Amino acid sequence: MDLSYSSEELAFRTEVRDWLMANLPADIRDKVVSYRHLSKDDYLRWHKILAAKGWAVPHWPQEWGGTGWNITQRYIYDEEFGIAGAPMLPPFGPAMCASVLLRFGTPEQKARFLPRIRDGDDFWVQGYSEPGAGSDLAALKTRAERVSTSSGDHYVVNGQKIWTTLGHYGDWIFCLVRTDSSAEKRQEGISFLLMDMTTPGITVRPLILMDGGHEVNEVFFDDVKVPAENLVFEENKGWTVAKYLLGHERMGSGSVGASKRELAALRALAARELKNGRPLLDDPRFRDRLSRTEIELQALEITSMRFLDKMRRSGQPPGADVSMLKIRGTEVQQAITELMMQAVGPMAQPFKAVDAGQIDHVTSRLAPRYFNFRKASIYAGSNEIQRNIIAKMSLGL
Amino acid sequence: MNFEYSDEQQQLADSLGKYLVGHYDFEQRKAIVDSASGCSETVWADLAAMGLTAIAVPEADGGFGGGALDLMAAMEACGQALVVEPLLDHVGLGGRLVGSAGSALQRSVLMPGVIDGSRRLSFAYLEPGRRYETAPLTTTAQPRAGGWVLDGSKCVVFGASQAQQLLVSAHTADGASLFIVDTTATGVTLNPSRTVDGQRVADVRFDEVALGADALLGVAGTAQPHIDEAVDFATALLCAEAVGAMKDANDATLAYLKTRKQFGVVIGSFQVLQHRIVECVIAAEQARSMAILAASKVDQAGSPAERARAVSAAKVKIADAARQISQEAVQLHGGMGMSEELKISHTFRRLTMIAQRFGDADHHLERYASLG
Repeated sequence: MDLSYSSEELAFRTEVRDWLMANLPADIRDKVVSYRHLSKDDYLRWHKILAAKGWAVPHWPQEWGGTGWNITQRYIYDEEFGIAGAPMLPPFGPAMCASVLLRFGTPEQKARFLPRIRDGDDFWVQGYSEPGAGSDLAALKTRAERVSTSSGDHYVVNGQKIWTTLGHYGDWIFCLVRTDSSAEKRQEGISFLLMDMTTPGITVRPLILMDGGHEVNEVFFDDVKVPAENLVFEENKGWTVAKYLLGHERMGSGSVGASKRELAALRALAARELKNGRPLLDDPRFRDRLSRTEIELQALEITSMRFLDKMRRSGQPPGADVSMLKIRGTEVQQAITELMMQAVGPMAQPFKAVDAGQIDHVTSRLAPRYFNFRKASIYAGSNEIQRNIIAKMSLGL
Repeated sequence: MNFEYSDEQQQLADSLGKYLVGHYDFEQRKAIVDSASGCSETVWADLAAMGLTAIAVPEADGGFGGGALDLMAAMEACGQALVVEPLLDHVGLGGRLVGSAGSALQRSVLMPGVIDGSRRLSFAYLEPGRRYETAPLTTTAQPRAGGWVLDGSKCVVFGASQAQQLLVSAHTADGASLFIVDTTATGVTLNPSRTVDGQRVADVRFDEVALGADALLGVAGTAQPHIDEAVDFATALLCAEAVGAMKDANDATLAYLKTRKQFGVVIGSFQVLQHRIVECVIAAEQARSMAILAASKVDQAGSPAERARAVSAAKVKIADAARQISQEAVQLHGGMGMSEELKISHTFRRLTMIAQRFGDADHHLERYASLG
């Protein structure tokens, strides 16, 4: 039993840390640590920098541009991103679509899409949820009808997706669509389809959330013509693809690293804030809540390391362990946003200047950040769905 | 990074586990708890024969030179079986203090009996009205010709009535000191009681107890760091014991959810109950992580403050998880969970007391924060 990293792992950590320090653009870092949304250009700029270093897609097979790092190195890499305030690349292309293509794609599909994902040429987004299909994803209704013509087959897609994160930045979208409405089981009539978002008939409409930010969207499909070659895996077997993706979620540690950074920032903030002339940090009530959150994060970090070690030994995907980390990780993130907001007291109230005046202090973003992070326990499989997964997969209930 | 037990650690835990299954089932445990001494000499001798009393003793003193991590898997097994023999007090406190504070001569005299289990030790340090404070204040020792006179009283001394000798902390002119006192010495009065979870404790009074010069363990006035280290060490062992008891509680609850039928279906099919047991399983995982942290920091920390902070962080988590898991176990077992006849009610009591021993969550939260 040994909780410490090897000297090679520590050297790797230093390498990642030093490189991030030297190469992470200050304006991007500043946006991350002061809780502002990143523009498409920010993401692409950062992606290009990572791609030039060969670090954009570490987890891919080396023949496609992966680094060949082991899972511990990947964990350290993720954690250092969080600590540094470096944005993780949105997972939709590099982590999700690419994983699917690497497992199910034809050689032509791999050659066509993977290099562009690796190099940040295409911004990918995910079309899963629908107004009537959230946690119950198999209820999705967006239809794709196959049409044969002399110049080749294509699909005609009609329907709607919702909560499409960064859909307004998207060049491409991968979607689960219904190709057979008569299938006996709902899961059996679904297919995995790739669509160029410039195709006529696709409309993206912003959904503004309660923090005032534009992050998610509705995407409408109106007689959208998609070449049949954009079907991944077999028609009506999209559920197999979706399940594979679910079972291969990476055990990321980005949230552990980011939470460490934010807790340090919270400590600094609470040391400056005064309550009855004394630092808020010395207030026993505040201090207890901060301490409990720190302890929770410490437990989360060690649990992550334990699961990582187990994975390394068994060579098996992490399964329901990821669900456990998702639940606790998002709870810690949410607890921090709440403590941050409360730490600044009345200064959490002002949000936006009405007239020409500017409010550009970080305090004005703490309440919106708290609002925004209610999403964490909802997205990527709500925490209730995660509990269902644990009950079923690891407890046999 | 390595979170597996070594082969030796695993073998010890396996053979102990197997032994406890055969010799420490619910009925056998009940007989021990109800016996006059509340401790089975046979079990005690077997635990010693397995090496449990020798593992954490320094090699120079004839032990294996191991630490908390080496005892962790075994303590888990004890927690699972709700062992009541005072292993934690003997190994984690008594033996630990002799090893760290004793002179070479004292260690050579005392350790053989610690190792073979024939000299059972108990540590008397808590004083009435002072909750979890570890520094002696109201128990005092005055020098006199050829030795010391000990006065005062200690409370909730685990294993005192089962021990051959007590280690007693006392305030002396130079600070905190430790003394080795026979439980049968003139002026020593034990008032033993059974704890709510089947162990034995005693309140101990010292009235002008005459001690020889050799009763002072190590150097007068220098005991406090040793006391704090030993209590942290024992707390780490207690955390491991708690992890075993939590696992047992969760296993029992899960098995009950899968067999108990109501409304024509097993109650484990109800989502509201599924989510509650899932929360308990997550709490147990987090508790295990923190128990590992505590054990590795008492074995190897950069400073006493680093050690103390890690142990306190762990104890907060353990105390919270122990409460949550034990309460949910009883709730999900329904009325059966309250029954004296079911092990789960005993595990409930054990976990409840573990949450408070060596300091409850509030105590350790305060200590954690004060060291940050």
